[in-house]
Amino acid sequence: MATVSIRNVRKTFGSTEVLHGVSVGIEDGEFVILVGPSGCGKSTLLRMIAGLENISSGEIAIDDRVVNNVAPKERDIAMVFQNYALYPHMTVRDNMAFSLSLANMPKSMIDQQVQRAAGILGLMPYLNRYPRQLSGGQRQRVAMGRAIVRDPKVFLFDEPLSNLDAKLRVQMRAEIKELHQRLTTTTVYVTHDQIEAMTMADKIVVMNSGNVEQIGAPLELYDRPNNLFVAGFIGSPAMNFLKGTVANGAFRTDDGTTLPLPNASPGAEGRPMVYGVRPEHFQLSGDGLPATVHVVEPTGSETQVIATFAGTQVLCAFRERVTAKPGETIRITPTQALSHVFDAATGQRFVA
Amino acid sequence: MDATVDVGLQRLNFVRAPDTWVTKLFDYKPFLVFLCLLPSMGLLVVFLTYPLGLGLWLSMTDTTIGQPGHFVGLENFQELMDDPVFWMSVTNTIFYTVVATAGKFTLGLWLALLLNHHIPFKAFIRAIVLLPWIVPTVLSAIAWWWIYSPQFSIVSYVFVDLLHWSDTYFNFLGSPWPARWSLIVANIWRGIPFVAITLLAGLQTISPSLYEAALLDGASGWQKFYRITVPLLMPILAVALTLSVLFTFSDFQLVYAITRGGPFNTTHLMATLAFQRAIPGAQLGEGAAIAVSMIPFLIAATLLCFFGVGRRKWQQGEAND
Repeated sequence: MATVSIRNVRKTFGSTEVLHGVSVGIEDGEFVILVGPSGCGKSTLLRMIAGLENISSGEIAIDDRVVNNVAPKERDIAMVFQNYALYPHMTVRDNMAFSLSLANMPKSMIDQQVQRAAGILGLMPYLNRYPRQLSGGQRQRVAMGRAIVRDPKVFLFDEPLSNLDAKLRVQMRAEIKELHQRLTTTTVYVTHDQIEAMTMADKIVVMNSGNVEQIGAPLELYDRPNNLFVAGFIGSPAMNFLKGTVANGAFRTDDGTTLPLPNASPGAEGRPMVYGVRPEHFQLSGDGLPATVHVVEPTGSETQVIATFAGTQVLCAFRERVTAKPGETIRITPTQALSHVFDAATGQRFVA
Repeated sequence: MDATVDVGLQRLNFVRAPDTWVTKLFDYKPFLVFLCLLPSMGLLVVFLTYPLGLGLWLSMTDTTIGQPGHFVGLENFQELMDDPVFWMSVTNTIFYTVVATAGKFTLGLWLALLLNHHIPFKAFIRAIVLLPWIVPTVLSAIAWWWIYSPQFSIVSYVFVDLLHWSDTYFNFLGSPWPARWSLIVANIWRGIPFVAITLLAGLQTISPSLYEAALLDGASGWQKFYRITVPLLMPILAVALTLSVLFTFSDFQLVYAITRGGPFNTTHLMATLAFQRAIPGAQLGEGAAIAVSMIPFLIAATLLCFFGVGRRKWQQGEAND
């Protein structure tokens, strides 16, 4: 177990800089998820922790030991690859034993370690099979088993669930989280799926085009997104944004609708702002503002409604079963305390 | 006009003329299968079965050029048993095949590994590597013949006239062992492209993430090579090895163009000796017997290569044991 410190790390490929000074502190035993859209540099950062990419500038330290110039195998980390990278010519047992046999561990100890890992992951019946003979979920488990046997300081996961079907993904998500709770090994996990990030992480690092946008606990990011990017990225369905300005202590949208501000905001008068409301934070209310319904999507637990509200198309999710037809008008109101205001020019959260 | 209308009506009413015997025949599946196979079977019979059968038949006759022979049973083979030149050609062929194949695979694998890395001018180098394979064998054989020439050899020129490391010109082809080694070098040169390009294709199917996983597992460069690369390359290596052994064992052009089996028949391979006896020597029956003697060796070599390094369990399908 260990801490990982990433200090002002930059990465350049040729003349292109893909990471622009990233700093993240990871506590001992923490499950940290790097999340962001494709090409944001999250996988590159993970590979730099693993030692598969060199560090252009800045420092990465595992347990206070700077590993910039330490060979991957000396870093005491284990990685689970997106395509699992199982050795096709080795049985499950040999795949898991490979690193131990390279370390010249005695045969009996290797067996013991492999048995332990196989027991944890329920792989006992498959030890003599080849990767080809396993299903996607089983291969995924072997890849984790290969990481577990070494009992490393840090686990690294590179989009491990993206090759699985939706149902299996949910199942493996729970398994990985349970595994972490059991082993409490420091874990860095990369994904582009914010649901995965929200459900599994102790701490989420939201990245966008080579920068860290925000670091925080899942609900912290949900409740107080620092900027428009995080606000739009975290939460599903995504947050609605309404453009406008602050006038007379209220928010006035471009079409003249007035919405209540979540907090008093002196000094914001007349500045262009963006008003953010999550779909689930709209309420149906008799004295609300009118919204014209376009599409009604009942999902059972909730009803999603696409409507035009204050001149903008928004998505609302109601616990109630809405029976409105397309073209009809419903009256809705954003929950005042749960709304967000962002500076339109900088995209940053507007703090009074 | 009426006819068109009729056809249209027939179609509408699904009226169909009663089947003639031709229609019935073509609807009969075995006949159709036979018919579709006929062109390729014809080619195989004309260009494979007939020559092979004729060779087998000739090997059991005393046919000479211009004179139809009589069936003599295994007499030709019995004579070969006591023929030192034949036995020398057998040992030559085995030696030539083993050494040249080993050389081709060592150098070919090395080249493939080099080309699998990012090196400057990669495409250009790959094109150069292919060159010996593209040039017609006889042309490259003549080039080698010049390189090995006792008077005009460029190797002798470099070492004697330019570097002054030696006083006399090399006589590559004048005595048995230098001649054999010279042929092997030429054969290796000619065979490398096939091996290198085939193995390169094999190397490129190995996922780079396997090497990254091995790196994290603590494998050194050498361990990555023999625990990841070699086993994963085995299937394609087996195919390349089988083909290469067959090509080398039945090699004719290089040897015949460079030494013609000389000096004193000491560099004859079985293929060149068969030709030498059958055509210039006019003993068709005896030549055919030598050629037929190659068949068991070729079958044995193929089986050895195929089962020795052939399909592995991990490649096979879904079986659960």
